[in-house]
Amino acid sequence: MTTRLATGGRLLDRGRSVSFTFNGKRLSGVEGDTLASALLANGQMLMGRSFKYHRPRGVVASGAEEPNALMNLGSGGRFEPNQRATTQELFDGLEAASQNHWPSLEFDIGAVNSHVSRFLPAGFYYKTFMAPRPAWKHVFEPFIRQSAGLGRAPKERDADVYEHAYLHVDVLVVGGGVAGLTAARAGGLSGASVLLVEQTGHWGGRAPVDGAEIDGQGAEDWIASAVTELEAMPNVRLQTRTMGAGVYDHGYALVYERLTDHLSDKTGPRHRLWKIRARHIVTATGAIERPLSFAANDLPGVMLASAVRDYVVNYGVSPGDRTVVVTNNDDAYRTALALKEAGLEVPAILDARLEATGALPEAARAAGIRVLTGRGIAKVKGRRAVEGVAICAQAGEGAVLEEIKCDAVAMSGGWSPVVHLWSHCGGKLNWDDAGAFFRPDPSRAPTGADGTAFVTVAGTANGHLLTAEAIADAHEAGKAAAKAAGHTATRKAAPKATSEVEAPMAPVWMMPQGAGAALRQKMWLDYQNDVKVSDVQLAAREGFESVEHTKRYTTLGMATDQGKLSNINGLAILAGSLNAAIPQVGTTTFRPPYTPISMGAIAGEARGELFQPLRRTPLHDWHEANGAVWEPVGAWRRPYTYRKPGEATEDAVAREITATRASLGLLDASTLGKILVKGPDAGRFLDMLYTNMMSSLAIGKCRYGLMCSENGFLMDDGVVARLSDDAFLCHTTTGGADRIHAHMEEWLQTEWWDWKVYTANLTEQYAQIAVVGPNARKVLDKLGGMDVSKETLPFMAWADGALAGHAVRVFRISFSGELSFEVAVKANEGRALWDKLLDAGAEFGATPYGTEGLHVLRAEKGFIMIGDETDGTVIPQDLGLGWAISKKKDDYIGKRAQERSHMTDPARWKLVGLETVDGTVLPDGAYAVGDGVNENGQRVTQGRVTSTYYSPTLARGIAMGLVLDGPDRMGEVIDFASLDGTGTVVKTKIVDPVFFDKAGEKQNV
Amino acid sequence: MLILTCPCCGVAADETELAPGGEAHLKRFGPGSSEDAFEGYLFLRQNPRGVHFERWRHAYGCGKWFHAARSTTTMEVFGTYSAQVTEPPPEITAKIAAAGKPTA
Ligand SMILES: [Zn+2]
Repeated sequence: MTTRLATGGRLLDRGRSVSFTFNGKRLSGVEGDTLASALLANGQMLMGRSFKYHRPRGVVASGAEEPNALMNLGSGGRFEPNQRATTQELFDGLEAASQNHWPSLEFDIGAVNSHVSRFLPAGFYYKTFMAPRPAWKHVFEPFIRQSAGLGRAPKERDADVYEHAYLHVDVLVVGGGVAGLTAARAGGLSGASVLLVEQTGHWGGRAPVDGAEIDGQGAEDWIASAVTELEAMPNVRLQTRTMGAGVYDHGYALVYERLTDHLSDKTGPRHRLWKIRARHIVTATGAIERPLSFAANDLPGVMLASAVRDYVVNYGVSPGDRTVVVTNNDDAYRTALALKEAGLEVPAILDARLEATGALPEAARAAGIRVLTGRGIAKVKGRRAVEGVAICAQAGEGAVLEEIKCDAVAMSGGWSPVVHLWSHCGGKLNWDDAGAFFRPDPSRAPTGADGTAFVTVAGTANGHLLTAEAIADAHEAGKAAAKAAGHTATRKAAPKATSEVEAPMAPVWMMPQGAGAALRQKMWLDYQNDVKVSDVQLAAREGFESVEHTKRYTTLGMATDQGKLSNINGLAILAGSLNAAIPQVGTTTFRPPYTPISMGAIAGEARGELFQPLRRTPLHDWHEANGAVWEPVGAWRRPYTYRKPGEATEDAVAREITATRASLGLLDASTLGKILVKGPDAGRFLDMLYTNMMSSLAIGKCRYGLMCSENGFLMDDGVVARLSDDAFLCHTTTGGADRIHAHMEEWLQTEWWDWKVYTANLTEQYAQIAVVGPNARKVLDKLGGMDVSKETLPFMAWADGALAGHAVRVFRISFSGELSFEVAVKANEGRALWDKLLDAGAEFGATPYGTEGLHVLRAEKGFIMIGDETDGTVIPQDLGLGWAISKKKDDYIGKRAQERSHMTDPARWKLVGLETVDGTVLPDGAYAVGDGVNENGQRVTQGRVTSTYYSPTLARGIAMGLVLDGPDRMGEVIDFASLDGTGTVVKTKIVDPVFFDKAGEKQNV
Repeated sequence: MLILTCPCCGVAADETELAPGGEAHLKRFGPGSSEDAFEGYLFLRQNPRGVHFERWRHAYGCGKWFHAARSTTTMEVFGTYSAQVTEPPPEITAKIAAAGKPTA
């Protein structure tokens, strides 16, 4: 049973008790605890259940690498799943709950999965996909759904705030252990601006626990003086609880700061995501201890040796009364000594090596600890907690030589440098035979814009496991980084450290070496995802030779811990199965972030109203005050319709359309793109941009134009007005203004750069109001100030003038088929003119209409809409727009592409009007079905709906669509598949797309 | 995340300020060109493992297009230059040659 020791705990303030809850039970810890240490101190070793088999799991590590102790934290708007108890600092009022079990942590129905584990081997998911369909639906899917997922998804809106911050520094040092402190000191002394970040709340990393002497001081004292020295340097900035999350091209780094996670008071931003540009990055990220693969190594009570030592020394927590240490290296002896010093029993140290005669083993023997060499664990005894170990010869097959009673096991399989940040941006690794780990290869570093390395690894992360070497290495790294940032490296000497000499470790990938199938099925590699030695071996037998494939097939390393403990062990097992050397098998890719960062931090301030800046027309407030149902169009909000109190949306749309056709409608058309194209070559340029001829347009006239991409596809349309000999105003779609302006600039800057043309996007400079309907002219005449008669301002002409005292430009163009004037006015006068139009139009029942009315009005007239009739694969010829394609021009953008064989294929679907036989509205996006099936066994299709509406004017459904040979099949009735899942069809007649006023008499009055 | 210096306004711009535009120095083929020539212009790109001449637009800055010579493997930038040229300037090709890199 784990418990709090009477003394010890260097990080604790024992005088200050902290109250928290676990699964609803009130517990108390001490200021300085992590959630994990506080739970252990309360005797709570069982902290979670594994993902696949729901095995009982205790904490195994003491830091960011923890795979088991994942918790649901907080409640309501501050609920968050999958938080590591080992990195969560305890605070008053903390609420934690274990996850992935039902009904309780102690008794979990899902644990039955354990018993069927032989039916859930590697690749289970993939193999199951091959099973007969009914089995998937009725057996596997319900099972997976019930057991899938670790924590619960939060249900409420996040109550916290998050922010982004930016910083440019010469040198970013990641990791505040003794190496990081040393590197930051060397960089700072060299005059570089330095940011030093440490993911935990404490400086110094493992050194205070592991012990070291630096500059004649104990580790803790040296760390304190180093921090004091750094804090005094104005060019050095230090941040704890800040993790280097990712390294990216050209010295960019993401750094994740946790501001309130450790506090009861949640005021202020919770997380801050720093976007750093560093001239050079030093990663001093230390190393992570590896587990050993022996049978039942996942029982609660089996922990990393370094974690056991951390809990004893840092938190004054006993992992158990009797701890067996099992190791392949000298370092784990420190754990035995720390336990002994705390007054706890260490019945034996099992050392897989044949001899252990270094200083640390001798110290252990001198402390009276029994050291057994050449030995390993055949099996951990116990069902839900460690009850003992069965000892075997490491070289054998697992014959039990002796059993020892114990309640904890401290294991060490050696150490793996944390090379993640080095690798994020392409830094390569070498296999180190002596340490049995991958270490950075400085000759293959990530390179920056100038072609030189921009990341240097320092200390233990660089493969220097001994403190003296690590510190010397880090001092050089700090100097090199400052130099790379343009400073002269300091001449001050490196701190001098001494550390115990350690004998070489011996790689142990399986314990015992000759373990049979029964034992291998109980050896866990990936605790969180339940991947065992036998799974990786099975994958290898089934032909998964690539480590990347094996990872995905077995899910090794794919859990939230991203294989921090399991990767090297899994790799070694795979290499062994393939009879290949580990470096030949290679590693999987390290991807940021180093540990998961919150979604809130990624979003930063970009939520709610700040998610996307809203573009508002000058009439926005009027719309809002008058029942607008908003529709997002690009970054704009446009009224879809204006609902009167109690009115249904579709009734409002119908009312607006009817009023417009009968008398007078008003539309806010301000969002329409307005691009001025000016210069001696403006006409020539527009002739290239539009499919039709624009250079021949007379001053004072308007012309509808189509714009295609170089692929030939229709990308935008709109009315062009010629303002003067050398100036044109090009109207674009609402969503197209920025894109089309950029398109124009691209061609002007990169292809025809010698043409004398300027463009300016004037979209927001003007409010534009469409005055539409039989009484449109009357209301403008009432406002007075200019002649808008048929003679002076005929259809497709424009004129500058004044209306009710406002300087206006009036375009006589129509997208509704009605008599229509689009009135442009300076943006800041838009609202005044709108109000006057409403006033003057009151006697005609002036009715503002929204985008849905606009759509229906245009569809009744058979006008296409970019984004409805077009989808990036449609050419103007498909839409019967041949009349808008000049036959006289040699060239325009898209012309050559439209000559390609596929574009001229007569079998391309063509635009037609569609009317259901029963008058109903066709479902949007429905396909016309033909006879038989295609080569994929799918039902043959012969067309699709592109626009479909209820037309109040015609009192029936109308639609447009693209249909095979459509224009030649007028009057034919074809079948459209309904989308309601009934498998029925809708009988539909092919008709002319112009449903209303075919002769165009209404607009030309 | 790349930093490229815009030759038009001189700003050392973060990639977030820039819009990529693919391969540089394409020759446009229009009506009258062969199917092969047009296919090459419209679809075929170098995609080198090495130095790539590419187009960028300083979209959230001065708005201008420019060219960059960048290694796709090491991210080394050999220079940025005007979009109004049909081939990289000699000082940039010399720098690439000096680094011992093939230019496609
Ligand atoms: Zn610029």
